[in-house]
Amino acid sequence: MSFLDDPQVRRNVDRLPIEFDDYGFDRFGLSKKTLVRAYSPMALIYRRYLKVTAFGLQNVPAEGRAMVVANHSGGLGADAAMILTSLLLNDEAPRLGQGMAEYFLTRSPFARPALTRLGHLTGLPEHGEQLLNDERLLLVFPEGARGAGKLYKDRYKLVHFGTGFMRLALKMNAPIIPCAFIGGEESFPQLFHIKWLAKLVGGPFVPVAPQLIYFPLPVACQVYYAPPMQFDGDGSEPDHVIQQYVDDVRHSMERLISTGLDARPQAFMFERMPDPEKERRP
Amino acid sequence: MKILITGISGTLARGVAYRLTRRGHKVIGIDRRPWPDVPEGVEMHQADIRKRPAEDVFRTSRPDALVHMATVTHFTTETEERYRINLGGTRKLFEYCHEYGVKQAVFVGRHTVYGATPDSPLYHTEDEPPLAGAAFKELADLVAADLYAGSALWRWPELNTAVLRLCYFLGPSRGGTLAGFLSKSKVPLVLGFDPLYQLMHEWDAEEAITLAVERQLRGVFNVAGPPPVPLSIVCEATGKTAVRIPEPLYSSVLGRFGFPYLPPSAIAHVKYPIVIDNSAFVEATGFEPRYTAKQTMEGFRWN
Repeated sequence: MSFLDDPQVRRNVDRLPIEFDDYGFDRFGLSKKTLVRAYSPMALIYRRYLKVTAFGLQNVPAEGRAMVVANHSGGLGADAAMILTSLLLNDEAPRLGQGMAEYFLTRSPFARPALTRLGHLTGLPEHGEQLLNDERLLLVFPEGARGAGKLYKDRYKLVHFGTGFMRLALKMNAPIIPCAFIGGEESFPQLFHIKWLAKLVGGPFVPVAPQLIYFPLPVACQVYYAPPMQFDGDGSEPDHVIQQYVDDVRHSMERLISTGLDARPQAFMFERMPDPEKERRP
Repeated sequence: MKILITGISGTLARGVAYRLTRRGHKVIGIDRRPWPDVPEGVEMHQADIRKRPAEDVFRTSRPDALVHMATVTHFTTETEERYRINLGGTRKLFEYCHEYGVKQAVFVGRHTVYGATPDSPLYHTEDEPPLAGAAFKELADLVAADLYAGSALWRWPELNTAVLRLCYFLGPSRGGTLAGFLSKSKVPLVLGFDPLYQLMHEWDAEEAITLAVERQLRGVFNVAGPPPVPLSIVCEATGKTAVRIPEPLYSSVLGRFGFPYLPPSAIAHVKYPIVIDNSAFVEATGFEPRYTAKQTMEGFRWN
C-alpha cells in the first residue's frame, strides 16, 4: 500500500548513510521498516497537505556529523515532522534527522519503542555525543517546550535558547546548520493554553486553536536551511563565550525567519509557495 | 603460564579451560561441583573457594594467573549464600593472590551491573557507576563483588587485575542468564516495550576471557560482541514465541503458564536496555567477535 509504503521514502531510506544489521536495525535500535512505515504518511502530508517547500537543502552535508538547529513553530510537532521529512526526501543526499526525546515519552509504553525505532533517543547529552560520534545528523530545538507553546500573538519570536546544544557541537566538533520553519504558526494558531488540563495530564501545555482539533490547517509551509556554521572550541569555554556563539546562531535563525516571512505573499497561504529559483520541489 | 580457574565446572569456564590448555598453558581448576570428564592437562580440585583446600591449591601450585568465575546468581542460590560466595569468596581469592604472588587476576562479571533504567544512556562506559542494586536487589551482591574486584587495582597495585563486564552470551552449552530466559517455548515481554539486548556467541565470550589473561589486562573492561538487537528479534530468531504481557500482570505470570521464572524486580531488564561500549576492551586486546548476532541466535535455535 503506498500510503504506508511510499516509493520515494523507501528508496531514500535505503540510501541513508547508516549501517543496518541483518534484521534492518542499526546499533541504536533504529528500524528501517518502521522508518518507511512512519515517513510514508508524512511524505503525503508534506507534498499534498502542508505543501512544504524546502530551500537550501544543499547546505545539509551528504554524510558526516552535523546539527540542524531549528525554531519551534506551531504546538503540534508538525515542525519537527516536516523538517525531518524534508531531510529524508532530499533526493540529492537523503539524511535521517535524529531528535532528542522528552523524558516522559521514553518512560511510556509504546512511545518508547516507537521513538527508538525512529532514531529518537532519550534527551541525554551522552546520546547526543554517541550519535554525533557515529556521524549522524541531529535535529535540535534550542527553545525547548516553551518555544513549542508559543501563542499566535508571539508567532515567529524566538524565546530563550539553551546553551547545551552549543557545548555539544563544540565538544564533538559538529557544524551547526541553522534552520527556519515557516507556516507552522498559521497552520495551528495557538489562541490560549488550558493550564489546569496540562497539569492534569502532566504534559508541558495544552493549546487551543480555532480548528479545535489537534490537526494543522492546510497552510503551505516552508523550510529554510542556512550554510553550516563552525565554531572554535572544545565545549569547556566560559559561559560568556558560549553565549556569544549561541547568539550568533540565534541571529542567523532570526535572519532566516524574516527572509522566509518576507518571501510569503500572505500569511495564510493555501497554495504552494511560489519558487522563483525553481530550486527543489519534492 | 600456570592458570587457576575458579568455578571451572561452569559452562563458560570449561570452554576457557579448553582454550588455555590448547594454547599450551597449564590449567588448574577449583569448583564445588564435579567435572567428570575433565580433559588432560587440567588439574581439577573439587573444593569450596572459601575453605582451606582452596588456599592449599594456591600454596602448593603457585599459579601465575587467576580467572575468577565462581560467582552465582539468583537463579540458583539464596540471598545469604550468594553474598557468602560472591563477596566473601571474591575477597578470599584476592587475598590469596596477594599472599601467594599471583601476577594476574581476571574477575569475570556481568554487564547487568549497570542496571536498566529509563533515563540511562545506551552504550555504558566503564567509568559509569554500576547502579543495578538499587532497583534489582538480587544483583546487589554481584555489583558489590564487581566493585570489590575493581578495588584490588589500588589495594594491591602489583597484582594486575582485570574486571570484565561480559554481556549476555548464547551457545551450544545452553547455559547462561539469557539462555535461561529463553529456555521455554514462550518468552514473556512487557507490553509496549522492546529493549535492545546485547549478546555474543559463547565461543567469542570464551575467547575474550582467554585474551584478557594472555594480554595481562589491567583495569575495568566491558566485553561485548556484535551490535545489540531488540528483544522481539531475539525471540523470533531463536524460534521462541514472544508473549506481550501488560505490566501489572507481568510478575504474576512468571514461573507459571509455561513462562520461565524471574524475580519480580527483573522486570526493568525486560523493559529497558543495558547496552555497553566495548571499545576500550577492543583497543586493549584487538578482540574481534567471530559470530554475528544472527549467527549466534540461529545457532542457538538449531543446535
